[in-house]
Amino acid sequence: MKKEIIISGFGGQGVLSMGKILAYSGLMEDKEITWMPAYGPEQRGGTANVTVIVSDERISSPILSKYDVAIVLNQPSLDKFEPKVKPGGILIYDGYGVFNPPTRKDISVYRVDAMDKAAEMKNAKVFNMIVLGGLLKVCPVVSTDGLKKALFKSLPERHHNLIPLNMQAVEEGMKIIEQQ
Amino acid sequence: MKGNEAIAHAAIRCGTDGYFGYPITPQSEIIETLAALKPWETTGMVVLQAESEVASINMIYGGAGAGKRVLTSSSSPGVALMQEGISYMAGAELPGVFVNVQRGGPGLGTIQPSQSDYFQATRGGGNGDYNVIVLAPSSVQEMADFVDLAFELAFKYRNPAMILSDGVIGQMMEKVVLPPIKPRRTEEEIRKECPWASIGRTPDRKPNIITSLELKPEVMEQRNLHLQEKYRQIRENEVRFETQQCDDADYIIVSFGSAARIGEKAVELAREDGLKAGLFRPVTLWPFPSRQLAELCKGKKGVLVSEINAGQMVQDVRLAVNGALPVEHFGRLGGIVPDPEEIVAALKETLVK
Amino acid sequence: MANNIISPENLVYKKPALMNDTTMHYCPGCSHGVVHKLVAEVIEEMGMSDKAVGVCPVGCAVFAYRYLDIDWQEAPHGRAPAVATGIKRLWPDRLVFTYQGDGDLACIGTAETIHALNRGENIPIIFINNAIYGMTGGQMAPTTLIGQKTATCPYGRDPELHGYNLNITELASHLKGTCFVTRQSVDSVASINKAKRAIRKAFEASMQGKGSSLVEIVSTCNSGWKLTPVKANEWMRENMFPEYEKGDLKDTTGL
Repeated sequence: MKKEIIISGFGGQGVLSMGKILAYSGLMEDKEITWMPAYGPEQRGGTANVTVIVSDERISSPILSKYDVAIVLNQPSLDKFEPKVKPGGILIYDGYGVFNPPTRKDISVYRVDAMDKAAEMKNAKVFNMIVLGGLLKVCPVVSTDGLKKALFKSLPERHHNLIPLNMQAVEEGMKIIEQQ
Repeated sequence: MKGNEAIAHAAIRCGTDGYFGYPITPQSEIIETLAALKPWETTGMVVLQAESEVASINMIYGGAGAGKRVLTSSSSPGVALMQEGISYMAGAELPGVFVNVQRGGPGLGTIQPSQSDYFQATRGGGNGDYNVIVLAPSSVQEMADFVDLAFELAFKYRNPAMILSDGVIGQMMEKVVLPPIKPRRTEEEIRKECPWASIGRTPDRKPNIITSLELKPEVMEQRNLHLQEKYRQIRENEVRFETQQCDDADYIIVSFGSAARIGEKAVELAREDGLKAGLFRPVTLWPFPSRQLAELCKGKKGVLVSEINAGQMVQDVRLAVNGALPVEHFGRLGGIVPDPEEIVAALKETLVK
Repeated sequence: MANNIISPENLVYKKPALMNDTTMHYCPGCSHGVVHKLVAEVIEEMGMSDKAVGVCPVGCAVFAYRYLDIDWQEAPHGRAPAVATGIKRLWPDRLVFTYQGDGDLACIGTAETIHALNRGENIPIIFINNAIYGMTGGQMAPTTLIGQKTATCPYGRDPELHGYNLNITELASHLKGTCFVTRQSVDSVASINKAKRAIRKAFEASMQGKGSSLVEIVSTCNSGWKLTPVKANEWMRENMFPEYEKGDLKDTTGL
């Protein structure tokens, strides 16, 4: 099993940290992982993206031109990465950030209204965990157990009290994701 | 962890005595991680933010001249500033280690990855006839492993050693097994390993003088010949490289560092297309595995050198194969990292036809 | 009878043991030789011969390592304070000092000088200010006086054209990391004795971890100034001392 995933959105949406948690989860399940950010001023606003590869075997290039899964959280990201999903691949988008939905028919397109759900949960910070939940529903690249372990491992202890909330967000994401 | 963080962790674990550096993107995580880990409280390792790269390389010069394991890191424009000190260290035969997490140039350039300092690294970089040992990691694991290796080589040959990385490897996160813990050397051990070190003259010996200066040309020529003989030994003994799927390959992709990772994927894609490609990755860029590459290329149809620059290592490849087969170059510039498909396309366009 | 006076109890002066017999390359009349001797005496008197590491500059004192039998490092031009920082941070129990001229310390190495001093590195810096570049043949230095003629300001230093001379020692006295900043000379027996006491204080302060010290020695360069040694001393007293006033500018050592 090898999944090549791109996550893209605005800086501040938690794109890089979502990728990091995903990579850590892979690590917890003893998989090979790479996490390659488009780094720089993007981190301070603008568009941010990160390539995460989770694999049972050695990973060659951390930089790719085609992806198994694209998670796009705003319109520019959709425009950029929709054409780069491999035929038969998966595209997940947030309905709030995207006003021209994807049009490709040779890929599976899913919509996860994570922004709305985060607002409903009155916590904008769990937005990315809702999206991640959606991903794990339609493409279980790691288990929720692995994810939970990753949160314990990667978050400083003072934030461990937030883990149940984050796991709840993951579950919400799994519930609300819809195939288009 | 990130490649940059791996450097910091590995440095502490392999008994580094001091780090001196100046922040610059995309490698500031090295000094930030060291500052956060506070090794001065555990191993006694010194960490100091210098006023410039010029100062940090000279702190390295001082520390190395005093027999210590000292490390600095920077990115391309900062490494350009360090060249004076590196040349002095080569001249005075000092064993420091420096890391270049390359970004695009020239000038202030870009903070995005590049491999355009290949010439600077492998040709010396500063004034005079000299070489530094250059290791090119292509994974976060190698970022961690090469710190100790660089120190070992630097002390073995009393010569500066460089880890030539780039923004991809520095910023990327991967699984890494940190190297075993090596204690810092004691004063006795340092005196034994480095009898030349300038750390206070004991009554049993003459003063130790760390210098690259010699005004008598006859003596200076001898010093240079001594350096050249040392470089010959390094070329003889320390060449490192890796190959993948080269045995049955018709075409060889030659790449180093992050480009070799992309090259590896390009080999996979090419083979899916029915093209028999293989990868040759020099691990030491100086000494360059010339003989080994020439040997491997016998009977092959062509070589594509894929690097993230305008064509630098391709010169060493052409010198190595010496016209025996066609050698083409593919590169992206200015902070653009090529993707594997571009490399396959270049292979088809320039060599397969 | 005459031989009887050559006995230990009659000894009034001897060459410091750390100074070897290498013939100095300095011009006759140059201040460097005297300051070298003072440094050698102070290290010896402190009992630090086996713990001392000197860092010499690029300039006339580039060969200082030939004359004092201690360990040395020869730094790139201006970088001695950075080199010394590296050594001292890693060997805090060593006596690490730099010995630099005006071009090295106050021009090409200004950044390294100011920052090492300001960080309070436990390093004494001996600063020979002779207002000219001696080694390269008498060009303008950062400390060349207004009106003074050199090979690169042959009609005299003109602020409009060349900018002003730099009083870096005054600057250093305002830095928080410095504990002792002083300006001395070696043109008379009395001044030599005072200069030696200043060097001793700076060295002691560094070993007691009190911070950085700058000991400027206003010096002559009779070759560069094109004067006899005696005339050079006179010229220094008349022209240098008013601009580079002698005395302690800062002393928080308590020594």
